[in-house]
Amino acid sequence: MTPRPSIRRRLFVQLGCVAALLSLAFILVVREVAERAAVGTQDGILGASAIAIADSLRSVNGEVTLDLPYSALSMLGSTNQDRVFYRIATAQGTLTGYDDLPLPAAPPHLDQPAFTTLVYRGEEVRAVSVVRPIGPASNTTNVIVTVAQTRHGLAKISRQITATATGVGIGFFLLATALSLLAARAALDPITRLTDTITRRGPNDLRPVTAETPDELAPLVLALNSFMARLRSSLSRTEDFIAEAAHRVRTPLATVRVQAEVTHRKLNKPHHRQAIREMISAIDESSRSAEQMLDHAMVTFRADSLARDELDLRALMLDTCARLSPTAALKEIALQRDLPEHPVPFRGDGILIQAALQNILDNAIKYSPEDSDITASLTVDEDIHMTILDEGPGFGNMDLRRLTRRFSRGENTSGVVGSGLGLTIADEVVRAHGGRLALSPNPNGAGACVSLILPL
Amino acid sequence: MRLTYLAAVILGWATALSAFEIEAHRVYPAEDERAVLRVISTADLDVFDPVIRAFLTDQPGLTVDYTVTSTTELMTAIYDDGASFDLAISSAMDLQTKLANDGFAQTYVSAAATELPDWATWRNQLYAFTQEPAVIVVSESFFTPETAPRTRDELVTALRAEPVRFMGRIGTYDVRSSGFGYLMATQDSRNSEAFWRLMEVMGRLEAKLYCCSSDMIRDVASGKLAVAYNVLGSYAAAHLKDGGFHIIPLNDYVNVMSRTALVPHNAKNTAAAQDMIDFLITLRNRPDLVKASGLPAIDPAELQANSALRPIRFGPGLLVFLDQLKRESFLKNWENSLFQALP
Repeated sequence: MTPRPSIRRRLFVQLGCVAALLSLAFILVVREVAERAAVGTQDGILGASAIAIADSLRSVNGEVTLDLPYSALSMLGSTNQDRVFYRIATAQGTLTGYDDLPLPAAPPHLDQPAFTTLVYRGEEVRAVSVVRPIGPASNTTNVIVTVAQTRHGLAKISRQITATATGVGIGFFLLATALSLLAARAALDPITRLTDTITRRGPNDLRPVTAETPDELAPLVLALNSFMARLRSSLSRTEDFIAEAAHRVRTPLATVRVQAEVTHRKLNKPHHRQAIREMISAIDESSRSAEQMLDHAMVTFRADSLARDELDLRALMLDTCARLSPTAALKEIALQRDLPEHPVPFRGDGILIQAALQNILDNAIKYSPEDSDITASLTVDEDIHMTILDEGPGFGNMDLRRLTRRFSRGENTSGVVGSGLGLTIADEVVRAHGGRLALSPNPNGAGACVSLILPL
Repeated sequence: MRLTYLAAVILGWATALSAFEIEAHRVYPAEDERAVLRVISTADLDVFDPVIRAFLTDQPGLTVDYTVTSTTELMTAIYDDGASFDLAISSAMDLQTKLANDGFAQTYVSAAATELPDWATWRNQLYAFTQEPAVIVVSESFFTPETAPRTRDELVTALRAEPVRFMGRIGTYDVRSSGFGYLMATQDSRNSEAFWRLMEVMGRLEAKLYCCSSDMIRDVASGKLAVAYNVLGSYAAAHLKDGGFHIIPLNDYVNVMSRTALVPHNAKNTAAAQDMIDFLITLRNRPDLVKASGLPAIDPAELQANSALRPIRFGPGLLVFLDQLKRESFLKNWENSLFQALP
């Protein structure tokens, strides 16, 4: 499965893009507004200046004259140090001022200042023109007053505001990005929690997920639960089928074995007897396998809803040893018991623990050479250790973890009857009780050391 | 003097070449000349001589070519004739403002200017380096410091009281020819209504008109004049040791003028001009030069201490009285006030 880009990254990138867009929009809007405000301020002062000049125009003996008010120009220097130009013109020519200052293309309406931006003397200037009729009603002269100012002050204000807006915009973007990172993480938290809940489960835990999930995840959880229910029923059908099959096979096998033994006794020719012995051995192997399959099915079933009975592990171990001592005796194997004098209490499923012990002990007897020792010990320190030591071939160089897998057998087991389920059963039992299975070579020499470790 | 020599005043030669009138000219040659700084200035040679010499001590290889002219001739030279100078120094702030406003000045951001108060620079083109009050100078034979008028109203009252005594004994600038006189008169007309009253009284007393402060001071000291109005305080202070007159700073208001320097747009040696500007605006750190030249350096503390002192501020307002119509009408009013007694 190729991993698609993570939701968190996508969420983060998308939120970041939104924040970047908003920041950019903010910067542009603030700059636009600020520039308009600055232009408006300059226009306002220019307009006031032009009107002040227009107001001081008068007609003396039919000639237009002007007493330029000091404030009309000095007010233009109040907020900046820009250059100022003016021109007072009539249709006959320039009355005073800079006679090369361009007049407005269209004559402005009365008392309606007309603003333009133009280049004069190599610099961009903002110019305002007002027109004022001067003189007696019979013979008025239209006088155009134009006042212009360069725009350095404006550009400076604009630069300052742009710098501030850009700073604020970038700050906003960074803050929004950091917050979107947090938001993306928080939004995906339930998924992480759900994943954790499912990951932490044991391999056989197929119970429905009950963790609280947000609405959006409910369908997923529902689908997961329904899938697990189907899986569980499918698994249990399989286990049932295996148990049923094993059970069905075991009984006829017992009959066949009895018949084979009877036949064995009747035969005289050695090679016939050898054939029957091999047949019996095969039947034993099948029967043992069937039994272990039954055991395994039982472990799986009981581990699902584990009983927590008061047990005495010492008694349980003694009992197990007692059951298997006849088998051991057949191979002249001495079954040593190294047990504490007091009972060892434990809460758990007695049948399962016994099955586990029995499988390990059975393995030990099977792989031990004749006339050897097997030691069953029980020690209590931080945990409870139920250990079986034998003097058999041991595990060799096998990967010890692999041995607990189903139907996996050691490399040096040829010639010995076995299904490979023994250690699997023991492993599943201790895991169901919260413990673990420890495999190691026998510290006293050749052989294997298998421990069931259960928590106190 | 080894370093300098008074160039044979080549007035005839100079005027033949240029349309503006040169009052004096001096070259301060370097031993090993590598660059020339051509200065056009309204400051008299004897006033500026110590400043130039002090400036040149740190400028090996620099020759200074110093031309003295009047404020209006300086304006004509740069504005109309397109004469090329590296530095223009003038006491007419309005004309200098006009030069800067109309694009005849170069921008120079001077690090030294951070020490200057806001009013002393404009557009990073104009740099003021002196603060010189316009004062009245009274003759010892007419007033004692105690009896001298302290405001323009008191001056008007005193003149009106004894018209016979003061007839023909009042002096002031002829604002038609003196740019500095025009600037002071126009600033007066903005500041006080008493100005026009004073002009009326002066006209009635047949006031004498002068081109320059030094002439007025000379005549007051000799007793020819009783009062000279709007005399450049720095010049008066320089002549105070000769005796014969008192300097009276008025209490109602005192216009404070600044000499300003700018680098013309067609300057050739801008680096040296900028060095000179830096040197001039840090004049305050050289009390020896302030004393030797009599040019009072800019001192914001002095302005704060005396609220009557009003520095003339740069800005487009200074362009108003340079307006052709405004100037015509101002001069008409001025002439009407001063020449009423003429038939």
